[in-house]
Amino acid sequence: MVLFWVTLLAVSILIYLLLDGFDLGVGMLFGFAGNQGDRDTMLSSVAPVWDGNETWLVVAGVILWGAFPLAYATLLSAFYLPVVIMLLGLILRGVAFEFRHRAAQRFRWIWDVSFVAGSLAASFMQGVTVGALVEGLKFTGGVYAGGPLGWLSPFSVLCGIGLCLGYALLGAAWLVQKCHSGVRDRARRQIPVLALAVLAFLIVVFAHALISNLPIMHRWLERPYLFVFPAIGAVAAAVLASSILHRNDRWPLFAVAIIFSAAFGTLALSFWPYMIPFAITVDEAAAPRACLAFMFWGEGLFIFPLMLVYVAIGYRVFRGKIESLPEHY
Amino acid sequence: MDATALLLSRFQFGFTISFHIIFPAFTIGLAAWLTILEAMHLRTGRPVYQALFEFWLKVFGVAFGMGVVSGLVMAFQFGTNWSVLSKMSGPIQGPLLSYETFTAFMLEASFFGVLVFGRKRVSPWFYLLSTAMVSLGTTLSAFWIMSNNSWMQVPVGYVIRNGYFVPNDWKEIIFNSVVWSRFPHMLLAAYLTGAFCVAATGAWYTLRGEYYAESRVMLRMGLFLAALLIPIQLAFGHLVGDYVHKYQPAKFAAIEGRWHDEQPASEVLIGLPDPATESNRYEVKVPILGSVIASMSLTSKELGLADFRPQDRPPVLIPFLMFRIMVGCGLIMLAVAWLGSYLSIKRRLRRSRLVLWAIFLSFPLPYIAIITGWYVAEIGRQPWVIYGLLRTADAMTPFLTAPAAMTSLLLFGAVYIFIFSFGAFYIYRLLRAGPTRLAVRPPHSASPNRPMSLAGSS
Ligand code: HDD
Ligand code: HEM
Ligand code: HEM
Repeated sequence: MVLFWVTLLAVSILIYLLLDGFDLGVGMLFGFAGNQGDRDTMLSSVAPVWDGNETWLVVAGVILWGAFPLAYATLLSAFYLPVVIMLLGLILRGVAFEFRHRAAQRFRWIWDVSFVAGSLAASFMQGVTVGALVEGLKFTGGVYAGGPLGWLSPFSVLCGIGLCLGYALLGAAWLVQKCHSGVRDRARRQIPVLALAVLAFLIVVFAHALISNLPIMHRWLERPYLFVFPAIGAVAAAVLASSILHRNDRWPLFAVAIIFSAAFGTLALSFWPYMIPFAITVDEAAAPRACLAFMFWGEGLFIFPLMLVYVAIGYRVFRGKIESLPEHY
Repeated sequence: MDATALLLSRFQFGFTISFHIIFPAFTIGLAAWLTILEAMHLRTGRPVYQALFEFWLKVFGVAFGMGVVSGLVMAFQFGTNWSVLSKMSGPIQGPLLSYETFTAFMLEASFFGVLVFGRKRVSPWFYLLSTAMVSLGTTLSAFWIMSNNSWMQVPVGYVIRNGYFVPNDWKEIIFNSVVWSRFPHMLLAAYLTGAFCVAATGAWYTLRGEYYAESRVMLRMGLFLAALLIPIQLAFGHLVGDYVHKYQPAKFAAIEGRWHDEQPASEVLIGLPDPATESNRYEVKVPILGSVIASMSLTSKELGLADFRPQDRPPVLIPFLMFRIMVGCGLIMLAVAWLGSYLSIKRRLRRSRLVLWAIFLSFPLPYIAIITGWYVAEIGRQPWVIYGLLRTADAMTPFLTAPAAMTSLLLFGAVYIFIFSFGAFYIYRLLRAGPTRLAVRPPHSASPNRPMSLAGSS
């Protein structure tokens, strides 16, 4: 039962990373768009799906709460400020979808700015959180003891930047798949730059982990099979490079998604059996059986698949390249 | 334990949830109304339904977006500020909220995209289905969250083990008897909000002499629905009061402004409770009525606040006043809805400008009733966050510092005020512009007195 719920939690987080990743990425790239028309197109490419994408964050959050209450309580309270800033970022970008459309031409820039800044803040804070977890938070006797800024370190900031780059890469690949002409061509030019930046980031992170001898590194040496994931990632990177060279519109998104999944898989498995590295294990965090079973027989077994169906319907209805004119209402 | 951080956290929770509830209150009712409009349009083919649908859909889009982002904050705020609560009651509240997310949020979020952007991409039946799914989602969401909150008000079906509330009877937790009065009370409140907003818009256009066909439909549907629902709502209000009387005597005494035991008890209509003297100033009371309301008896003994230790008493003033405001709003709504419906049936409504003004100006009433109702419920249960088991003061994140809490409160305040001002302004502008004229022509060609609106509304 515990294993089922960690797996489902991991799957939900991965789905969140991929789905909201591309729309946060589009949000950040929005700042680089050439003109008003391109911005409209970029926004329309994510407008019908962003709400559903973001809901996966809630899904991951409530699985964490229901199945691993100790982890939910510890993580959110330890990351107080990052979580608050992330939420504010998500608010600012979320309202921009509707507000930008309703604003007078003259004031549209307010929502353009809030869309970009909100996406950036949310992505950055998510990266910082992951970075701080990898580095290890300070605990005494099972209680967080790092203070309000305990998550802040050069490494976590680096991870924040890294995740922004990663999301932007996903976003660019999405735009290549969903858009025509101008927007697509720009995104296609952005992909190599972003991909190289992500690569450079990964190298720096790896080097840092080696130099400062992060505990997580030992897990890698203990568990050589983990290197399967980077290998998959490398293959996907090759696919990405070739699909860009061949001007293929469909493949970049899938390739980047696989790179992301590989990176996520590596990280998730190197945490195991800890939920919060080196402080709280999955078993310690798990809720009582009555609770896991109740969640399993309803939402785990039946409603989770149903949610995937909703998502599939959503993406099917809005499949194909979007027209350049927004089809709002 | 930091007393300032506690105060700031409570303030932040109250502020963010009050902000959030404004939008669900509106979207739950509006989603149902959109479903009805779309179904009527499919059945009758009358263009007025389509024009109204397209019009309210725009308003819905803006409100729904704000509801979603402000709800997101709520889902995480339990963990950030109330980590002791979320750890201890996680095995119960977590699954309830996760069922809400799985059954309701994903449904409404996915179909919301189709509803707003998919009109041209799907068949009319599928479109209607999507509308209905959004509506179903909002209703389910209200059920689960009420079930969650009801468990905090009247905890049942649990055992305490190792500092956790461990569920041992899910049926009792979810279908807690209290839910069956509180969920309808909340749902009816949301429908009333929708009905009043629609009717008020209709009254506004009528007063301006515009949109004849649309305003007629809005006025009639809104008023009739409200006239029908309010008496039911008042009855459920009474049932909700019954549960408070039975399970939360201190809250009940605070609502009633009753300091000392009385037999038979009188009912304080108005007054100003004063905790220092344990009595009410400027009090107006009706003898015996208190016993009748509380126990349906002429002689029952009713408890006063003095029976509870001072540290177990809720603040009195806010529940006492807020309760009266809620009931007052309900009574005014009753009067407005019945009078309006009566005149509408008699076909005299269009000429009664005074009544039209009253209908127009009544749209804030349901909002006020909802917010004050929640204040009664939530402040009245203090000092407990899980009634009788966990105090609010013990529920807070132990290491949360006052500067951190202040930072977040200020940030939330700034961002919420910013987006709320713009959101309210955009909704106002949409309502002022009115439905698009393209699809519908008014019956008399005399009335299109605003040719400008075509350009302004598309
Ligand atoms: C009676 C109704 C009601 C109440 C009391 C609450 N909500 Fe709510 N909530 C809704 C009714 C609703 C809704 C109708 O389902 C919303 C509002 C508008 C909307 O878009 O969906 C929503 C949205 C919404 C969302 C976003 C869903 C999405 O991503 O689509 C979250 C995470 C929450 N809420 C969480 C909460 C929490 C944690 C609450 C309590 C503290 C809460 N809500 C009180
Ligand atoms: C949507 C309408 C709601 C409103 C307007 C509302 C209002 C409030 C207010 C004003 C407070 C502060 C009370 C005080 O500190 O004196 C509060 C606290 C709280 N409420 Fe609610 N509430 C609502 C719904 C809910 C729901 C649905 C839940 C649970 C699922 C909930 C759980 C809590 C918790 C955990 C606190 C924090 C403890 C506290 O500050 O007292 N509330 N609420
Ligand atoms: C005679 C009229 C009414 C009575 C006697 C009444 C009674 C009550 C009582 C006793 C509570 C507190 C429940 C608790 O502590 O949990 C409450 C809460 C509430 N009321 Fe009312 N009410 C009335 C009218 C209305 C109206 C007209 C509305 C809205 C349109 C409304 C909306 C609410 C809401 C949203 C809550 C908070 C949710 C809850 O606790 O269930 N009420 N009501």
